[in-house]
Amino acid sequence: MIPLSWYLLLAAALFAVGLFGVLARKNAIAILMGVELMLNAVNINLVAFWRYLDVQAIAGHAFAVMVFAVAAAEVAVGLALVISLYRRRQTVAADQIDLLKW
Amino acid sequence: MAPNYLAILPEISLAVLAFILLVIDLRLPQGRKTVLAGITAAGLAAVMVLTVLFARPGAAPESVWGGMLRHDTAAFVFRLIFLFGAAVTALFTIGWKQIEKRGEFYVLMVLSTLGMTLMGAAGDLIMLFLAIETASIPLYVMAGFMTGDDKSTESGFKYLLFGALTSSVMVYGFSLLYGFGGTTDIYKLAAAVGSGELPVLGLLGALVLTLAGFGFKIAAVPFHFWAPDVYEGAPTPVTAFLSTASKAAGFAVVARFMLATFPAEVLPQGLSVIALISVLSMTLGNAAALSQKNIKRMLAYSSIAHAGYVLMGVAAASLLGVTSVVYYLAVYLVTNLAAFGVVIIFFNTAGSDEIKDYAGLSRRSPALALALMLAFLSLAGVPPLGGFFAKILVFAAAVEAGLIWLAIAGVLNAILGLYYYLMVLKVIYLDRSEKDDQPVPVARPHAIALVVCLLLVVFLGTIFGPMYDWSVLAASGLF
Repeated sequence: MIPLSWYLLLAAALFAVGLFGVLARKNAIAILMGVELMLNAVNINLVAFWRYLDVQAIAGHAFAVMVFAVAAAEVAVGLALVISLYRRRQTVAADQIDLLKW
Repeated sequence: MAPNYLAILPEISLAVLAFILLVIDLRLPQGRKTVLAGITAAGLAAVMVLTVLFARPGAAPESVWGGMLRHDTAAFVFRLIFLFGAAVTALFTIGWKQIEKRGEFYVLMVLSTLGMTLMGAAGDLIMLFLAIETASIPLYVMAGFMTGDDKSTESGFKYLLFGALTSSVMVYGFSLLYGFGGTTDIYKLAAAVGSGELPVLGLLGALVLTLAGFGFKIAAVPFHFWAPDVYEGAPTPVTAFLSTASKAAGFAVVARFMLATFPAEVLPQGLSVIALISVLSMTLGNAAALSQKNIKRMLAYSSIAHAGYVLMGVAAASLLGVTSVVYYLAVYLVTNLAAFGVVIIFFNTAGSDEIKDYAGLSRRSPALALALMLAFLSLAGVPPLGGFFAKILVFAAAVEAGLIWLAIAGVLNAILGLYYYLMVLKVIYLDRSEKDDQPVPVARPHAIALVVCLLLVVFLGTIFGPMYDWSVLAASGLF
């Protein structure tokens, strides 16, 4: 069987890619996509741990399903807020949304 | 074992209340929607009564619903705190034009409160994650609720981006903890954490990842960047809700999680991390508040500083420490609600949140000026108000736990904080403006909410026995 560490490394890499996307991208939609990648990394972690720990205890599995559901809800609200912002400013570039600062 | 429905009675009644509000909103004619705020406040008060009467936990903490929730005194006291905060916030929305006619706002607020009550009771990583998201997602919408307002839409958007980022980091930490411990029950995780088989560095990494999410909820440095922008841009009643109930919910989670999963004898470095965050939050929050021109932004930095004070109690990780956390949060809730109440009432008349526009408030409305003075002096920690006794408690907890340096940092910060609160009071009482003869009217629901909050501010500083007993009761539920 493939060792557990491979999955964990894959998840960590995916998480890093997502985090980089969130921090480096300017486009609001791309930032949300970065968040999705990070949540996918979480799911890989959860399912891998479940498979290699105790297959009878389904907590890891259930957790992964919850993460899916929450991610969908978060993105739905996120896109709604992006649209409401776009209607006011005609832009989704995060660095142009700078009305509030000191 | 039969499911314990009484343990989740507050949550059930909140869900029912949200549904009732939706139906009423649908049936009411457009002109009469303003009654919704009153219905929400009354409904939340009714949920409080139901909670006290029927959902009181026994002396021993219980695990209910398959370990998902804890039925203990901590969850009970925190629930009452959140419900009170939400009820007062509902009263403050009356007269806020873009909100008071929109029933969905109150539904979102009630559902967010439902998430918070679950945060206070969650005993499992899955439940914790779900509860935090249930509390946060409606708050994103509420912050961006005024779709016709540039600042509000921007603040909702920023809040969502920071919230989504930190909650993904947090849940990554959860997934690692699950891998380390093989369970998602935060009380059983402690056994795995304490077994000594796991690398300290790995545990610390998972803890820091987790704290990113919690730190976002309580607006602690270095996860505070959203707070000033969101506080300034969001409709002020939402800001009041964010800075009180939402912050208290975050602390309920931090206190339970740190004590259950990373107790001091297992991972002392964990508490050092908390102490470090505490001192950074206090110092940075107070320093940045000094130069603020906008009162909501100033209160945002002050709320970051207060998160630092409360974290001192968490870092102490003792019975006195957690007692001080609960007491401080209760005081902070009523005090900050009163302060934001004045800001809301003033904005409804003057249409401005700039500190310089508060000039002459003592002549325009002596009662409002007095209310703001009481609230600010309590925030600054001046006796005999609630903030003073709360600060004494957290400092005492830090000293008792041997964190003398932290207590000294706290005292120095309290002095620094006094300065900017007094600066605002100077503008109100000493400065004059050409509008001195225009009074600021106070609507009756606002007056009621304000008086209740201020009475509590004074009582919590003078007759502190009852709330102190409740705080000890709450703290004992976590040990």
